[in-house]
Amino acid sequence: MFDDSSIIVGLEIGTSKVCAVVGERNADGSLNVIGLGQARSRGVRKGEIVDTTQAEEDVRNAIVEAEQMADVEIRNVYLGVTGAHIRGFNNRGVHPVVSADREISEDDVQDVVKNAKAINLPTENNVVHAIRQHFFVDGQAGVTNPVGMLGSRLEVDVHVVHGNTNRLQNAIRLVKGLQLEVDEIVFNGLASSLALLSNEQKELGALVIDIGGGTTDYVVYTNGVIRHTGVLAIGGDHVSNDLAYGLKVPLSRAEKLKLEQGSALVDEETKGQTITITNELGLPLKTVNVEHLRRIMSLRLEEIFQLVAQDLEQAGLFDYLRAGIFLCGGCARVPQIAALAEQVMQMPVSLGQTNSVSGLKSALDQPEFVSAIGLVKFGSFKTRKREGKPSLAQGIKGTIASFLRRS
Amino acid sequence: MKTKVQAPAAILEPAQAPAVKIFGVGSAGVAMLDTLSGGDFAGAGFVAINTDASSLASSSAAIKIQLETKLLRGLGTGGDPERGRAIAEEQFATLKTACEGADVVLVIAGLGGGAASGISPVLARAAKEAGALVIGFVTLPFACEGNRRQQQAQQGLDQLKSVADGVICLPCQKTFRLIDENTSVLDTFRITDGLLVESVRGVWRLLTRKGLIRIHFDDLCALLRDRHSESVFACVEATGPARAREVVEKLVAHPLLDEGRALAESSAVLVSLMGGKELAMAEVNRVMEQIGRQCEHAQIIMGAAVDETLKNRLSVTVIAAKPGPVPMDLPPLAASGDSVEQVTARGIVSRPGPSCASSAPSLTPEQREQSVAKNAGTRARKTGPKMRQAQLSLAIISKGRFDKSEPTIHKGEDLDIPTYVRRGVALN
Repeated sequence: MFDDSSIIVGLEIGTSKVCAVVGERNADGSLNVIGLGQARSRGVRKGEIVDTTQAEEDVRNAIVEAEQMADVEIRNVYLGVTGAHIRGFNNRGVHPVVSADREISEDDVQDVVKNAKAINLPTENNVVHAIRQHFFVDGQAGVTNPVGMLGSRLEVDVHVVHGNTNRLQNAIRLVKGLQLEVDEIVFNGLASSLALLSNEQKELGALVIDIGGGTTDYVVYTNGVIRHTGVLAIGGDHVSNDLAYGLKVPLSRAEKLKLEQGSALVDEETKGQTITITNELGLPLKTVNVEHLRRIMSLRLEEIFQLVAQDLEQAGLFDYLRAGIFLCGGCARVPQIAALAEQVMQMPVSLGQTNSVSGLKSALDQPEFVSAIGLVKFGSFKTRKREGKPSLAQGIKGTIASFLRRS
Repeated sequence: MKTKVQAPAAILEPAQAPAVKIFGVGSAGVAMLDTLSGGDFAGAGFVAINTDASSLASSSAAIKIQLETKLLRGLGTGGDPERGRAIAEEQFATLKTACEGADVVLVIAGLGGGAASGISPVLARAAKEAGALVIGFVTLPFACEGNRRQQQAQQGLDQLKSVADGVICLPCQKTFRLIDENTSVLDTFRITDGLLVESVRGVWRLLTRKGLIRIHFDDLCALLRDRHSESVFACVEATGPARAREVVEKLVAHPLLDEGRALAESSAVLVSLMGGKELAMAEVNRVMEQIGRQCEHAQIIMGAAVDETLKNRLSVTVIAAKPGPVPMDLPPLAASGDSVEQVTARGIVSRPGPSCASSAPSLTPEQREQSVAKNAGTRARKTGPKMRQAQLSLAIISKGRFDKSEPTIHKGEDLDIPTYVRRGVALN
């Protein structure tokens, strides 16, 4: 039905749900979401697969649903990864320009990026992304494209996201077991930020916090490039678990209470307010204090923001977030969460809106689908580049492709 | 004996001052009592209770009670609290008589052995029946002393808490922060004893000194009562113009308060400030403000008093009570008279006076060391193979669905545990 190359699929195996988004790239390069499949996830904890059989079934269901909706056959996916093992840091590569006329060529740029990517990682770790930041020509900062400039010493900063090889492979193998090809693996936080931020916001400096079921992924952009990434293995699951513990109700009930009564702030009017839990016959089982419920939630969510804020403060990035903070992920649905985040961060906070993507309205407006949509967007960037410079296709795939081949 | 008769001016009039009796139970308790009796506890009666005659012989206490039966064959309790308890139940009347006339009874013991763990709960009950308020000052054994002793100590502590009005408990393990590699065993025990003695002194001052802002004895008891599993205390002093600030700094850095963390976790804090005549309200205010900032979630009880002997020093005593696990239901202490064999009691009661002075001379340093060494020996004594049901630790917080997954540790904190639990936010 469609030309295969224009179909891009993002697959996110999350802690609370598995979600596949099918996007179609139009002739003019714009993206259109044409299908969405999701399934409740049962084999994932804190963003990492703990039960392959169940996870495989969930992925299959999600893919099948997406295929039916989009009416396409899915062969390749961009796979989102997360987990506490994923870390990001900045690294600098240096390359002397040796040509006689001191003009920086495309090859020099390739070399310097390669140098920057040569990082001493523990053997069990593998690079997920090495994202180019800015070039330095003879110490002159802020060069975005040095090709054609004159200089003797070319340097580049890259932001490297790396993770534990075996844990990354777990997800890849699972997808491959379903006869799907993994085009690339993408850090979920990066995907979310791609879906939410416009170029202008990236330029101004922005923080994207994706609070999912099992993990909180965050990415900082300044001057148009990624400066900082991080993962906290805390998410909505923790909120539910805290409620189950604190209110002494079963986990499933806690989950329901969180959705129905939850709020990120404790209001004055909820003081002393109670609700009665009933069983399926309508008989009262237990009375729950709404104020306690909200306080437990509020403290946990507040802590998440505090931990992110601490990390950013350590990295010295707080003053660069001029576009503000954007929230997404399932927890962004919690009422008043933006207000809570504003209290903690002392900065404007808003709920993220996917931009420059059209298509299924139902999918685009939901905060929990942001990272899956971001995966599609990531894929569209990659394919665009590939088409533009076909000879470079292998080079762009780079580390990831070789990494995938090894599996 | 050393007990001074005339009281210093700052001590309340006899009509108001409560009569205090201090009991040392077990070898460790008797040794601590000795350290105490050297201090300025004017007007207090000292009573040493033990099953071991040699430990009593070396004690300088005014009244000594040896609990002895044929069952023990002069060997002490052998580290078995059951025996200690049985014998104390037998001698219940003796204990009660000893407690009579006192408004407040302080029970000092090193829990873990047979005598202290067995006798002190019974003594506390006897004192209660004699109409006195009871506060326990106890140490828990070092972890290296073994599980069995820990369990015995814990059991003794729980029983003591169920009868006493308040218990201040010092786990010896904490003193490891105070000692270095080269500290000898003797010194270590001396430090632990010293800490406990310090807290006794703090409470003593609360009871007897003229209070500008009085702490009622009830407040103290409420603070120490059973809902709190563990009380930590610290006593610091400072002099000079910046003494208010210095005192708070010392307090926050105090090893027994876990570098101030104990304050943050505690649910109730009692602060007693003591200074010379020139103790300024501004100083009191400054100290309280700082402490209040440290422990946001705690109920704070404060008192200030003037003690002229302190001159220009400012002394602050802090007792912080941590909320503990739900207290377990303990079997009630057996009523007296349940032992099969009726045994004649031999309570040695010696009266203070010149006739007694020769028999109980003040200790030379060597003798003191010996007594501490003996004390240490008792601590390490092994007991017979008696089967005992293991106790479940109730302090474990279930991590629910994260029980089996990799824990999320951030700066030493397990983030899988609910935030409100880690921050000690009370949900009533």
